[in-house]
Amino acid sequence: MPGRYLPTEYLPVAIFIAISIAFGLGALIMGSMVRLRRPYREKLMPYESGIDPVGEPRVRFSIRFYIIAMLFVVFDVEAIFMYPWAIVFDKIGLFALIEMIIFIVILLVGYVYALKKEAFRWE
Amino acid sequence: MNFTDIHTLMPEIVMAVLALAVLLSELVIRRKETVGLLAIVSVAVTAYFIPTSFGTVFNGMFISDGYSVFFKFIFFTCLILTVLISSRYLEIERSSHGEYYALLMFATLGMMLMASAGDLIVLYLGLELMALSLYVLTGFIRHEYRSNEASLKYFLLGAFSSAILLYGIMMIYAQTGTTDINTISSVLTEKKATVSLLLSVIFLLVAFSFKIALAPFHMWTPDVYEGAPTSITAFMSVGPKAAGFAVLGRVFLVGLYPLQINWIPLLIGLSILTMAVGNILAIQQRSVKRMLAYSSIAHAGYAVIGIIAGGNEGVSAMMNYLLIYMFMNIGAFSILILMRSEDFLGESLDDFKGLAKTHPLTAGLMLLFMFSLTGIPPTAGFIGKFYLFKAAVGAGYTWLAIVTVIFSAISAYFYLRVVIYMYMHEPEGEAVSLSGSPSLGLALLISALLVLFIGIYPSPFISFARIVTG
Amino acid sequence: MNYYLLIPFLPLAAFLINILLGRKLFRHQAHWPSTLAVLGSLVVSVLVLIDVLNGQTLNRDLYSWIISGKFRVSVGFLIDQLTAVMLIVVTSVSFLVHVYSIGYMHDDPGYYRFYSYLSLFTFSMLMLVMSNNFLQLYFGWEAVGLCSYLLIGFWYQKKSASDAGKKAFIVNRFGDFGFGLGVILIFLTLGTLHYSPVFETIGTLSEKTVSIFGLEMNIITIIALLLFCGAVGKSAQLPLHVWLPDAMEGPTPVSALIHAATMVTAGVFLVARANPIFSLSPTAMSVVAVVGGLTALFAATIALVQNDIKRVIAYSTVSQLGYMFLACGVGAYGAGIFHLYTHAYFKALLFLCAGSVMHAMGGELDCQKMGGLRKYMPVTYWTMLIASLSISGIPGLAGFFSKDEILFRAYAAGGVGKFVWLLGTIAALLTAFYSFRLIFLTFHGEFRGTEEQKHHLHESPKAMTIPLLLLAIGAVGAGWVGIPPLLGGGEHFAEYIAPVVGHPAGEATHAEEWMTMGLSVLVGLAGILTAWIFYLRKREIPVRLAEKFQPIYRVLWNKYYFDELYDFIIVRPSLFVARNIIMGFTDGAIIEGIVNGVPAFIGWLGSHVRKVQSGLLQHYATFMALGLFLLIAIVMIVTGV
Repeated sequence: MPGRYLPTEYLPVAIFIAISIAFGLGALIMGSMVRLRRPYREKLMPYESGIDPVGEPRVRFSIRFYIIAMLFVVFDVEAIFMYPWAIVFDKIGLFALIEMIIFIVILLVGYVYALKKEAFRWE
Repeated sequence: MNFTDIHTLMPEIVMAVLALAVLLSELVIRRKETVGLLAIVSVAVTAYFIPTSFGTVFNGMFISDGYSVFFKFIFFTCLILTVLISSRYLEIERSSHGEYYALLMFATLGMMLMASAGDLIVLYLGLELMALSLYVLTGFIRHEYRSNEASLKYFLLGAFSSAILLYGIMMIYAQTGTTDINTISSVLTEKKATVSLLLSVIFLLVAFSFKIALAPFHMWTPDVYEGAPTSITAFMSVGPKAAGFAVLGRVFLVGLYPLQINWIPLLIGLSILTMAVGNILAIQQRSVKRMLAYSSIAHAGYAVIGIIAGGNEGVSAMMNYLLIYMFMNIGAFSILILMRSEDFLGESLDDFKGLAKTHPLTAGLMLLFMFSLTGIPPTAGFIGKFYLFKAAVGAGYTWLAIVTVIFSAISAYFYLRVVIYMYMHEPEGEAVSLSGSPSLGLALLISALLVLFIGIYPSPFISFARIVTG
Repeated sequence: MNYYLLIPFLPLAAFLINILLGRKLFRHQAHWPSTLAVLGSLVVSVLVLIDVLNGQTLNRDLYSWIISGKFRVSVGFLIDQLTAVMLIVVTSVSFLVHVYSIGYMHDDPGYYRFYSYLSLFTFSMLMLVMSNNFLQLYFGWEAVGLCSYLLIGFWYQKKSASDAGKKAFIVNRFGDFGFGLGVILIFLTLGTLHYSPVFETIGTLSEKTVSIFGLEMNIITIIALLLFCGAVGKSAQLPLHVWLPDAMEGPTPVSALIHAATMVTAGVFLVARANPIFSLSPTAMSVVAVVGGLTALFAATIALVQNDIKRVIAYSTVSQLGYMFLACGVGAYGAGIFHLYTHAYFKALLFLCAGSVMHAMGGELDCQKMGGLRKYMPVTYWTMLIASLSISGIPGLAGFFSKDEILFRAYAAGGVGKFVWLLGTIAALLTAFYSFRLIFLTFHGEFRGTEEQKHHLHESPKAMTIPLLLLAIGAVGAGWVGIPPLLGGGEHFAEYIAPVVGHPAGEATHAEEWMTMGLSVLVGLAGILTAWIFYLRKREIPVRLAEKFQPIYRVLWNKYYFDELYDFIIVRPSLFVARNIIMGFTDGAIIEGIVNGVPAFIGWLGSHVRKVQSGLLQHYATFMALGLFLLIAIVMIVTGV
């Protein structure tokens, strides 16, 4: 019935999320309640493998990270998309195969483009 | 869907394939003008499949009808003109890359999907494809801060508006249980206009208003239009705007038609506010490019009147207006591009001083486009406005037509100011050197001829728009 | 019959060529495109006339500019008997004037400009007469007015010339305002502006009346009178005649073409074209007849005493136009058009002869300073003599047949007709007198100018005399197509034009026809004889008369003080209002306040609103959100939730 749609079948998921949040928060709160608190200077210093910290904490990352990350997301999504496709492949048959080939070809064009533009080379 | 229906989708499929091909061709072709030429050829090939494409596929998710075909005609012409004015300009800006043309084609593909969308999800898909391409194109001059800034602003605000659009779609779905535009209409006819329904209408309205730059959702326009490469500004102010109008028309005049009495007052308010903001702020500008950006806001305010008036008359008047606006606006931007040379920006009003003495032909063309934007007969701009006013009067909004006429009169001030600078001021300093090229000349010729031709002999265009909407 | 399109578009092409390329390419050859184009139009017009004589007419929209519902703006052509006559008149006179100007204007610095204006004028005039709807007629009407303005003020460095141009333009505004209202009224009442549906349905309005200032008026009468307003302005009838004499500041070929043969007759053409409207309103018809008759007499009296030869001819034009309206007013449209057609030739000839005299006299216009020119310029003398005989109504010449036709028809119509017939006959006497006064003062007697002028006297070049000779043929023979049955003719012209304008009403016996004809010939001869006595035999008579009837003479000399009257009741109050009230108060405080205030306000507004356009992204996003919430709030409030 449109307008009064309650997704009851997703209720377990909601309960699952609630429990995991409660568990995480609960552990932290419990810890802070039971532990001792004796701070001194060395203890409050940032952790740098026992070495005194030097320089600014904010440094510029190379732009390459972003490109790599973006390409990763693209191909990652491609891979994820293949799981549901594989499950229903039996039912749809040849059509599904063609569709997936088209999908991969489109991504392939992007891949070739990225390759030729030397997006993967770290200079 | 089965394969016998594929002809309906052929233009989009061909466009997608060719856009990918153009992207790949960039890798092997050295002369970037050749890539531009390929883009034009691709448009021609795509256009070849348009006449056989009429039909509806995917259970009404994708519609190819007269309405969408008219808009696709606008998109194609806009793309061709943009490519023509771009090639030399990109060299001047030292940004001549083949991706430019591929991105233009992707944007056009997105617009085609928008015009044909029978479903809000398809609409969103097309809109995002268009918008993402445009974000990149806006920042295409990588070494210029103005361009980068514009791109970032456009992207963030665009994302904001996309969120609003999705929210609106979600609420419509929650109320009606469907995203299909025709089904929404039939569901809504049986429902009462509840507050939550009206809220979803507002969200959709705001999202589309952002795309077509209706005040107060226009804030991005001046900055983005000024920062973007001039050729992209020309493109954006025409093609994507027309696509925005296409979806606005389809969603509001089909899907939300049962709520017409509720959204018409809102749209009227936005329209008047847009005309006021666009025209008043355009007067303030010393930069012709920024002035044209504000003028494009004002013109969106005029064109919305077609949707307010509704019906065959109103919609065809709106479509014609967009078609006419394309030629006069791209023409005016072409002149700006012509003025731009390696060490000269050519955007300020002062740069136009005495142009009639130094470059009479260029000044004459600018005069023509300015007259047309003002709406002085016998240019096309007059015809466009005339039919809009007539549709408004026919639908009982005489007062709105009068308000529009007043704002048109105000607009004469800043359009004709350019003419005054060209014809009544003496040239200053050394003469402006123009950076013409054959392709730019062709674009100017096409625009000027059509501005005059539609102005003198409008009936074929008027009947065309009437037939496809009727 | 499609070649008819060439008629207007050849001159248009010539105009474009001259205005765009003239300055560079045709500085001294600018006459070629224009003259060839109008020659082409003339040839095509003759072909069209032959088609029309064979019974072919045409009424077709060439294309529609705007079609929306009932409102249609289209360029269309109506070619019938009336149009064909006008085409011949316009193109033939225009062609001869083009040729004449080659000699007359040859070393003017604005040569190409002159020819481009002439071509533009020819185009506009042709569009006017070929139109098949009132709107195109109106456009053509305004366009010829514009060309007239440009050509009167052609020598714009001369203040009197540019003033005269302005005067013509402004005076015409008065008439055109009425004309415009008439056209609007036709559209409002009948829903169309095309001639044929308008003329077919105009009868349905005959019962409709509206009350204006408490006066019940028939709507057809109002339409007809409004249209006639435009005709009065354009054809310089009382009381809007004042611009035409001043228009003589323009180059003489322009006076011949625009202010004698073509544009000023547009008013007559309009009345004849709209005859189905006028014929339905006896009131309007009487007004047309009386205005025409009074103007004919009134202008003729002024012409009696003027010394400027071009002004005399200008007043004569006003007077002759009065005859044409007189004819239309008594229902004899055919006679009016017939006179329009013959008048075009002899009046253009008179002007061109005057131009030829000016050419010889180095620009001198005062006929008191001329005399005896017959010896020096025989061609000019003989052609001008022919034109003067023609206008005086000497039997056998063109003017005789048309003028006689008008006077007879007026007499036969009875009622108002009898009255205007009397006016016309008196005017005929005066016409003959002033025409020959001019001839005798200019060409006979002793030369009264300076020695230098005398030394300079010469006949004009071939380019000028040949058009004179050709026009003289027209002035003699143009009337032969309308010889009345009484003199053994077939009244071919009246039969030819009847399909458009119908047959005039009224019956008269042969005796009466002989009487009117005889009388008009008699007064013509009497006028010539008087002029001969006054100016060649006893030169002292006019001087003594002027002294004896000093008040009358002064009134005539000062053209009935019309200019002074208008100066007093219109120009000065307008200027007073303009200078003191408008400039001082309205303009200073209100208009300037608005004109400066609105941009200042918009500027102020803009400078504040643009602060919103800060360039900061977060502000933009905030404004979008605010806009969204505002819309939501409005809807919430309105729906009352």
